[in-house]
Amino acid sequence: MFGERVERREDLRLLTGGGRYTDDFEHDAAQAAFVRSEHAHARVLDVDVTGALEVDGVLGVYTHEDLTGGFAAPLPLLVPHEGIVRPRTQYALAAEEVCYAGETIVMVVATDRYVAEDAAGRIRVSYEPLEAIVDLARAADAGATVAHAGAPDNIAGRVSEEKGDVDGALANAPHVFEWRFEIERSASTPMEGRAVVARYDERDGMLMVYDSTQAPTGIRGGLAALFGVDLERVQVLAPDVGGGFGVKVMQFYPEEVLIPWAARRLGTPVKWTEDRREHFIGSNHERKQIHHVRVGCDDDGRILAFETRFVHDSGAYCPYGLIVPVITSAQLPGPYKLENYRYEFRAVYTNTVSTSPYRGAGRPQGAFVMERTLDRLARELALDPVDVRRRNLIQPDEFPYEVGVTFQDGGPTVYDSGDYPRGLELLLDAVGYAGFAAERERAAAEGRRLGLGLGCYVEGTGIGPYEGAAINVMGDGTVTVAIGLSTQGQAHETVFAQIAADELGVDVERVQVSTGDTRRIGYGVGTFASRSAGVAGNAVKRAARSVRHQAQEFAARLLEAAVDDIELADGAARVKGSPQSAIPLGRLALVANPLRYAYGAEATEAAVFARKAYSSGEAPLHEDATPGLNAVEYYSPRSGVFGFGMHAAIVEIDPDTCNLLVRRYVIVHDCGRVINPLVVDGQVQGGFAQGLGGAFFERIVYDDTGQIQNASFMDFLIPYATEVPAPELHHTETPSPSNELGVKGVGEAGAIAVPAVIANAVADALERPIDSMPLSPLQLFDMLHPDGNGR
Amino acid sequence: MDVRPRELAPISLTVNGNVHELEVEPRWLLCDVLRHQLGLTGTHVGCEHGVCGCCTVLIDGRPARSCLMFAVTADGADIRTVEGLARGDGKLHPLQTAFRRHHGLQCGFCTPGFLMAALPIYRRAGALSDDELREALGGQLCRCTGYVGIVAAVRAAAEIEAGDSAP
Ligand code: FES
Ligand code: FES
Repeated sequence: MFGERVERREDLRLLTGGGRYTDDFEHDAAQAAFVRSEHAHARVLDVDVTGALEVDGVLGVYTHEDLTGGFAAPLPLLVPHEGIVRPRTQYALAAEEVCYAGETIVMVVATDRYVAEDAAGRIRVSYEPLEAIVDLARAADAGATVAHAGAPDNIAGRVSEEKGDVDGALANAPHVFEWRFEIERSASTPMEGRAVVARYDERDGMLMVYDSTQAPTGIRGGLAALFGVDLERVQVLAPDVGGGFGVKVMQFYPEEVLIPWAARRLGTPVKWTEDRREHFIGSNHERKQIHHVRVGCDDDGRILAFETRFVHDSGAYCPYGLIVPVITSAQLPGPYKLENYRYEFRAVYTNTVSTSPYRGAGRPQGAFVMERTLDRLARELALDPVDVRRRNLIQPDEFPYEVGVTFQDGGPTVYDSGDYPRGLELLLDAVGYAGFAAERERAAAEGRRLGLGLGCYVEGTGIGPYEGAAINVMGDGTVTVAIGLSTQGQAHETVFAQIAADELGVDVERVQVSTGDTRRIGYGVGTFASRSAGVAGNAVKRAARSVRHQAQEFAARLLEAAVDDIELADGAARVKGSPQSAIPLGRLALVANPLRYAYGAEATEAAVFARKAYSSGEAPLHEDATPGLNAVEYYSPRSGVFGFGMHAAIVEIDPDTCNLLVRRYVIVHDCGRVINPLVVDGQVQGGFAQGLGGAFFERIVYDDTGQIQNASFMDFLIPYATEVPAPELHHTETPSPSNELGVKGVGEAGAIAVPAVIANAVADALERPIDSMPLSPLQLFDMLHPDGNGR
Repeated sequence: MDVRPRELAPISLTVNGNVHELEVEPRWLLCDVLRHQLGLTGTHVGCEHGVCGCCTVLIDGRPARSCLMFAVTADGADIRTVEGLARGDGKLHPLQTAFRRHHGLQCGFCTPGFLMAALPIYRRAGALSDDELREALGGQLCRCTGYVGIVAAVRAAAEIEAGDSAP
C-alpha cells in the first residue's frame, strides 16, 4: 500500500459539501469586525467609538485600553534568533503607533457581521500621520526614514557566516563578476482566508477554539499561557483548512488572541472570518529580497568563491524572527559545491505588512540568485550553461554532504542523500536539450523567440522538533490515528492511513486519521516546512508498530502460540500459515481490555477472559500492557532531510502581446521514498502553479505612502487554469538514510525553482539578462523596445 | 447617518428541490443565506468580490456567483448547490467520482465551485480542446492543484457516467 496511488480518504467529505471549515462552525455566534489603520505610519491620537455603541445589536467595542495583562502586551516573537537586534511585534490592538496600513486598532463584536461592519464604519480614529518608509533598498540605508518612531534605524536583525576563505579565493580567481538580483513581494493567498471561532464555557472553564491554522498545538499553548490557565482547559481544533502555504503558520495574528478573549469576556461564542481585503492587508506576505552577488570562477565555470550580501523585507514587525532570510542563506548553494561561501544579510523594517514563510520560504529567492548567477557566468565565459552546472554539482559519493553553514534549526546543514547528476541528465533527456538549438533556430527563422531555461534546487524538509501519533483499535476493527498537525489539503488522512494500514495488516479504508485536534493528541508542532510526511509519518510508523506488537503478544496468549509466529493480515491476527486461527483485530482489541461487566457479545468474551486469568493466578492485564490495542509514539529527527529537483522550461514570447507562453515545462524531482504518487504529483503540480504565479503574475504593489494598490483578486493576479500548463513529471527515488521510512518532504518542492527557470528561459529567448522577478508583459515589452518605440 | 432597524423581507427559495420560506434582510448575500440561514456550508466564500468562483451555485440551471447576489433578488429561484449533487442514495455524481480519481482537489475549498461550474459543461468536454476546456473553467480559482487534476476530471466525468449507466 505504501507507494500506491491510493485515492484520497478525505475526498468523499470534501466533494459532497461535507467538509467543515472554521466558518462552518457556530452559525449563531456573535461576529467581530475590525477597524484597521488607514495609514502606513501614524500616531493614534484618539478613537471615538460612541457612534458604534449606538448601533442596535452591538455587544462590545474594544480598543487597546480594554486589554489587560498579556493581552495588552506585544504579541509573541515566534522564532527567536540570536541575530535579531531589535525585535518588534505588534499589539493585538494598536496602542499608540500604527506601523502598516491594515494594523488592527478597534474590535467590534455584534450579533452578526453585517451589524459589526455597520458599527465599525461609525468609529472615528484621529491620526497624526508620520512619514512612511516603504522602499526596501532605501529603508536599509543609514539615515533612512524609520518605520518605528524613535528607532535609530530600520535593522531588525543581521546574520553572516562564512565557509572557507571567500576573499582569498576571490583574489585568486581568474574571473570575478558582480550582479544584483531582486525578488518582489508576494503572498500565499489560500482560497480560504483565516478564521477563528471561540466558545467559552464558564461552568467548567473550558475554552474551545476553532482556528484555520497550520499549528493548532502552538495556538493552544499560547492561549493557555495568555489566559493563565492549565493547558487542559484550552482545546484547539484546526478543522478542514482551505489552504495555508505558510501564511497560517504565523501565530499569533491579533484575531487569534482577540476572538477567544472576547468569547470569554462576553460569555458567548464569537467568530471572525477574514474577508479578502483583510487578507491582503492583515495576513503576512513574503519574498522581497535584494541580493548582491560576487562570484569568482575558473575558465571552465567552476565556482571558486561565492558571496551574497542581501536585504530582506521584514515588513513592519518580525513576529517570525529571521527564518526566511536564514533559510535563503543556508539553501542558496542548492546542489552545488561552494568551497568558499559567505552570506551576510540584514532584515529590514518597512511600513508594510510583516513577512513570514510562504511556500518555498526563502528558497525561491536563493534558487533565483544561484541559477541566474550560473547562467550569467556561462554566458560571460561563452560556456554551455549545462556544462557549468555539471562541473559544480555535488557528486553522489559525497553524501552526507556538509554545506558548511547553519541550517534553520540551528544545527549544521548536512544533505543526507541525493543523486544530482542523474537528475540533471534525466531532465536534459526529457526536455530534449540536445535538439533544442536547432528548434530555436527554426523558430527564429519564423520570427518566433524561443528560450530554454534550467534550474535546480535542494530543499531541506522534515525538520523537528517532533511529531506524535496516537493509534487505537476500535471494537469494529476500525483503526483510529490521531496526529497533532493539521492538514490544508496534503492528504494526511490518506497517506498516514497507508502507513498504519501496512504495519497493521488492515485495509486502508478501515483507518481513520484525525488531524489538528488537540483533544485527540495534545503534543505536536505543525504543518509547515514540508515536514509532515517525514516527521509525523515516522511517528505513525512507530505507533503502529507498537500496536502491532501488542496485538501479536495478546493473540499469542489467546492462541497459545509463540509471539513470533503471529502475523497481522487481512484485518486479523493469526498464526502464520493458519488462516482459520484468525482473530479479527477489533475483537482482539476488545478482549485485550479485561472487563468486569459484559455489555455485549465481545465484552462477554473479555469478561470471561479476565475470570480465566484470575483463576490461573495471573493478572488480567500483563505488566507493561495497556488495555485494548493502542499506543502513542513520537519521532524527533536530529536534522532535516533534503529533497531535490531539476526543472526545465521552453518558453516563447508572444511578439504582439509580450505574453509569456510556456511551451513545455519538465520537472524531475526526488523526495525519497514516495508514500502515494497521486498525492506527490498533486503537490508538485500545485507548487509549480504557485511558482509560475511568482514568476509572471503575482506581485504585491505598494505605493510610496504604504498603501497596497492591488488588494483584491481582481488586481493581484493568481493564475487560472488558462495560465498554467500541465508540467511533465519525472521521478527519481533516493531514500533518506536518516529515517525509517526513507521519506523526505515534498510540499514546497514544486514552487522553489520556477521563477529561476522562467527567468533563465526568458533571458535565453530575449538574449538579455533578467535580474528581477516577477516578470510581466509590460517589462518584456520594454526589454524588446529599449528605445521606447511602440508604447 | 442612522442605521435603520433591520427590516426583513419574505422570500422563497427552492434549494436542491426543497422549498424554503425565509425572512431575510435585503442586504444579505445569497451565499450568506445559503451558508448560515440554511446551513448549506458546502458553498464557500473565497473573495466575496466575484473573482474566485468558490461560491458558484446553479441558479435556474446556470452557474452564478452567490457572493454577487442578494438573497432577495433570488426570490422564487431554483438553486442547486454541491449538497444536491450526489444522488439520494449517497452515490457520488460522476463528476465527483472523477475529481476523486484524478486528484482534482487538495484542500477542497474551491471544489464545490468547480463542481457546480463544470456541471453544465462536462458532457461536452470530450468535444473541447484542452485550451477550450481550460477556458470554460477559467472563471474559477484554485490555489492548490495547479488545475491538472481538475481539467482531467472534468474531461473524464462523462465517460464515468456512461460506464455507470451501462447495463
Ligand atoms: S466568493 Fe464569490 S467569486 Fe469569490
Ligand atoms: S483544492 Fe485548495 S483551492 Fe482548490
